[in-house]
Amino acid sequence: MDEITEGTSQVDCDILVIGGGTAGPMAAYKAKKKNPDAKVILLEKANVKRSGAISMGMDGLNNAVIPGHSTPEQYVKEITVANDGIVDQAAVLKYAENCYEIIQELDNFGIRFQKDENGDFDVKKVHHIGTYVLPMPNGDTVKKALYRQLKRARLLISNRYMATRLLTGKDGRIAGAIAVNTRNAEFLVVRAKAVILCMGAAGRLGLPTSGYLYGTYENAANSGDGYAMAYHAGAGLANLECFQINPLIKDYNGPACAYVAGPFGGYTANNEGMRFIECDYWSGQMMQEFYNELQSGKGPVFLKLNHLADETISEIETILHEVERPTRGRFQVNRHNDYRHGMIEMHISEIGFCSGHSASGVYVDDNACTTVPGLYAAGDMASVPHNYMLGAFTNGAVAGEHAVDFVNEVDFADIDEDFIAAEKKRVLAPTLRDDGIPPNQIEYKTRRLVNDYLQPPKVTRKMQLAQDRFAETREAMENEMAVTNAHELMRSLEVASIMDCADMAAFASLFRTESRWGLYHNRADYPERDNENWFCHSILSKDDAGQMTIRKKEVDPYVIPIDEDEKDAYDKQRIKAQA
Amino acid sequence: MPLAQQSSSVPVVVDDDKCIADKGCTVCVDVCPLDVLRISDQTGKAFMKYDECWYCMPCEADCPTGAVSVHIPFLLR
Repeated sequence: MDEITEGTSQVDCDILVIGGGTAGPMAAYKAKKKNPDAKVILLEKANVKRSGAISMGMDGLNNAVIPGHSTPEQYVKEITVANDGIVDQAAVLKYAENCYEIIQELDNFGIRFQKDENGDFDVKKVHHIGTYVLPMPNGDTVKKALYRQLKRARLLISNRYMATRLLTGKDGRIAGAIAVNTRNAEFLVVRAKAVILCMGAAGRLGLPTSGYLYGTYENAANSGDGYAMAYHAGAGLANLECFQINPLIKDYNGPACAYVAGPFGGYTANNEGMRFIECDYWSGQMMQEFYNELQSGKGPVFLKLNHLADETISEIETILHEVERPTRGRFQVNRHNDYRHGMIEMHISEIGFCSGHSASGVYVDDNACTTVPGLYAAGDMASVPHNYMLGAFTNGAVAGEHAVDFVNEVDFADIDEDFIAAEKKRVLAPTLRDDGIPPNQIEYKTRRLVNDYLQPPKVTRKMQLAQDRFAETREAMENEMAVTNAHELMRSLEVASIMDCADMAAFASLFRTESRWGLYHNRADYPERDNENWFCHSILSKDDAGQMTIRKKEVDPYVIPIDEDEKDAYDKQRIKAQA
Repeated sequence: MPLAQQSSSVPVVVDDDKCIADKGCTVCVDVCPLDVLRISDQTGKAFMKYDECWYCMPCEADCPTGAVSVHIPFLLR
C-alpha cells in the first residue's frame, strides 16, 4: 500500500490543465468545445469527481452580474472600491460581462439557481452598493453536473497526479510540467504547448486555532502548489501581502455564512447581540472591524439568527447543513447549539493566499495570461480580485478559449532533460533517508511560525524574525525530511509549497510600507494608507539568479472611472454610535 | 533520530458489516480529496489510514451502502 516504485512516463498534449476543482474543468471543457481536435489533459492531485473548494457544492453565487439587477460597470466599481483601488479593471470587467452567459450555461448543465415566481433569477443584496448574490437550491450537485459534461466532451483526466514543477523552454516559454503519482511515486512528464494553472488557494499557510493541520478554511488539499510552481517558473505574483482572512464559525472553521443568512435577516453581532458592521460583505475593512470587536470588551463575535421566525431559521439551517460544508450541522449538534436559541460564536480564519476572497494571486491579464508565455492561471490562485466560484468558472472559460487559439500558433518548446533529472532528485530526496523529520512536523512548525509572526497586525521586526525561522526550517526540510511511502511523499511536496508561500508572504508584506486592505495588510508600524507611494500593485517573482525579488507595478488606467464620493464606500464599515 | 508512533482517534468511521470494499468497491477511497482512506489488507474493508481529514463528506455521501460516517475531528469538536 502506497509503496514507492520507480518509473517515468511521458505524454504530449496541446493544453495541460492542472487542477480539477472549479476553474480547471471549465477551462478544459471550453478549450475542447472550441476545438474538438485539440488534445487537452486535465491533471488532478485528488479526483476530479470531488476535488477542490466545491467538493460538496456551493450554497450560492456571491458575485452574479445579472441584467436587470446590476451592470458590469457597477460591479467593476464595487470591486475596485472594495479592494482599495488596486485593481486592473479590464480583467474584472471581462468577468462581469461574461459571467451571465456562464450562469446560463451552468443552469443548462442542471445546476439550478433560485428563481422567483416569474421565473427570473432571485438575486439578493449583500454588498455595499450592488445586488449580486444568487442562491443555489441544489448547489450540492455542482461537481456531479460538471463531471458529466467532462465525460461527454471526452476529456482526458489523470487523477492522483500531483504536479511539482513547470517546464520552460530556453526562450522562457512554457514547455509542460512534471508530476508524481500520489499512490506509487511514479513520474509523469507532460509536454504541452500551453498550461493552465487552476490549483486553488494557498489554504494551508496559517495554522487554524484548533491546531489541527487539516481543519483549514480552504479545502486542505489546496496547499499553494500553484503559487509555488508559478514562482519557480518565473511568473509574477501580485499583491501577496493582501492576505485572505475570513469570518468563520469558531473551531469548525467553516463559513457561517453571512451571504446565506444575511438576505434572510441574520447578521454578525457582538456579545450584546448588536450589529457593529454596516455590511457583511467580506472586505479587508469589514475584517478589520470584526477583529477590533473580537479584541474589545464587546467581543467575541457571533452570528445572530435567533430573532428570526422559526421557518426562516429552518430554511437557513437546511442550506448550511446540506451544501458546501454539510458537517456544520454535526458540529452544532455536538456543541448543543440551536440557531433558534443562542448565538453562534465566530472567529477569524488563519491567513492564506486566495484571490477568490481577497486579491493575492498569480498575476494575470484579462485573457488569464500570466507573465510566462503559454502559461495561464484562473480561479482562486489567479490575481483577479474577489472572484469567488463564478469567477473561477468564468475566468477558467476565458483561459481555455484563449489557450486553444494560442496553441495553433506555436509548436512544443524544448524540454530540458537536466532540469527533469534535477527535479526527480529533489522530489525523491526524502525517500532516500533512513530516518529524519516527517513532513507533518515540518509543516506544523512552519505554519505555527506563520501564525506567530505573519498574522496581522503585521510588525516589521516580527516578519524579519519569521524569515530567519523559515530559513532554519527550510534547511531541515531540504536536508532532514524523511518519508516512508508515496502518500507521505505527497505531503512532503506540499510542505515545500507551504514553505515557499510562507517566504513569499513575509517578503511581500515587508515590501509594502503602508497599511491597506483593512486587516489583510494592517502594518502596525506603518498604520496609514499611503496613496502617494503605494497606489500600485506589488509583483513578486524569482530573478535570473534564483533569488526572490519584488517591484511596484502601476495600476492600469481605469476603464470605469470612480467618483470621489464613491471611493471611500468601504471605509465606513463601523456602525455609528447612537447619539 | 528515531520516530515515535502516536495514536489519534480518527473522524471517519466505516461500518464493516455494510462496507462492500471486499466485493471490489473503492468509491470512498476514490473520492476523498485528501486521499486518507484505504482498503485494509486484513479485513478487505475501507478504513481511515491517515488522520488528515477536512470533514468534507464525499466519502459518506457517495458510499453506495451507507457504511461511512464522518465525525468532526476531536480537536475541533
